[in-house]
Amino acid sequence: MDGAHDMGGVAWSGPVLPEPNEPVFHAEWERRAFAITLAMGMPGGWNIDMSRFARENRPPAEYLGMSYYQIWLAGLERLMLERGLVATDEIEAGKPLHAAKPVAKTLTPNGVAAMLHRGGPTERGATRPAGFAAGDCVRAKMIHPPTHTRLPGYVRGHDGIVERVLGCHVFPDSNASGAGEDPQWLYTVTFDGRELWGEASDPGLKVSVDAWEPYLERI
Amino acid sequence: MSGHHHDHDHHHDHSELSETELRVRALETILTEKGYVDPAALGLLIDTYETRVGPRNGARVVARAWSDPAFHARLVTDATPAISELGYAGRQGEHIVAVENTPALHNMVVCTLCSCYPWPVLGLPPVWYKSAPYRSKAVKDPRGVLRDFGFELPDGTEIRVWDSTAEIRYLVLPMRPAGTEGWSEERLADLVTRDSMIGTGLPKQPHEVA
Repeated sequence: MDGAHDMGGVAWSGPVLPEPNEPVFHAEWERRAFAITLAMGMPGGWNIDMSRFARENRPPAEYLGMSYYQIWLAGLERLMLERGLVATDEIEAGKPLHAAKPVAKTLTPNGVAAMLHRGGPTERGATRPAGFAAGDCVRAKMIHPPTHTRLPGYVRGHDGIVERVLGCHVFPDSNASGAGEDPQWLYTVTFDGRELWGEASDPGLKVSVDAWEPYLERI
Repeated sequence: MSGHHHDHDHHHDHSELSETELRVRALETILTEKGYVDPAALGLLIDTYETRVGPRNGARVVARAWSDPAFHARLVTDATPAISELGYAGRQGEHIVAVENTPALHNMVVCTLCSCYPWPVLGLPPVWYKSAPYRSKAVKDPRGVLRDFGFELPDGTEIRVWDSTAEIRYLVLPMRPAGTEGWSEERLADLVTRDSMIGTGLPKQPHEVA
């Protein structure tokens, strides 16, 4: 979707502000929001692409008005509401009002290290040969799906070169909607700065994205 | 998405925070009472990323690459198994690629769409990495970003920005500072800053850690 989350190249006033001391969390509620989000992945059963879409799929003013962990929290609430794990009246009341929905598994203290170590690898066995090879000239398609995608707006319609073939990976556009993993070949595609930003661009700039085969066409 | 609270009206922000605080507390109560989450597991998750997994891991990887040519070769060829030799693996680091700086090329890593970052080697991302200014500017004006961090790249140096749009996570392998011949891995690791592994900084110089 063309949302406020797709920030590459957007004119944004003000400098990047490195922060002195940089605590990992800035308030106790951030710790709790982080932890319940990670822990709910197991009983919730959603995947990372569903999580990302739940966070980004909101009006720009709302997205830009929230801090990072407020967005996480809003995304988590949406995922749980959609699945009936919690209800709106419970969130408003601040306590359970309905019976718990049976869940397949929960995260126990003994399971934490294994869950983190396992992570969520996305590479899958290839069922067909790669359509592109390193060195191929490709164009990022001009697409504007209303659903989740990981092709950033600033490369759409622009020409680049396949730099690496990264294997077959879960396709977020499909996985986010619950339509299955539909693994697709993934490539690092490199663009010249002037191709993306015009003649005023730094001539020594190159930018790459990792793009799945359905995002690309041969030129 | 500000993340930085000081650029908002303070009074407004304070009340908004309190509201969020209450909401998180309520949500945690609901999830715990429904049996979906175990408070002990939550504590472990927080402790893991607040005290155990952080940029010191990445610094050890870089220091080994600087010291051991065979490891360096494995790291730049296929970083994920090389990094797991040091015990770092898993969530948000399932597929890692190491990109090496040279005198002619400076690498920088961003996630313009969200906040993708190699957790097992760098820990959780800092606020600025997730902020709108970094996510918007890194791909268009990376030299400007470097100036925000207080340094200027030599004019002839090419800049390569890696936008983490898939589940591949990038780790910058910075150049080993001169004057560190014969240093142990542990001592070299003290030179490796978190920002030097994102590409928004350089390693410390030997005199800075003397």
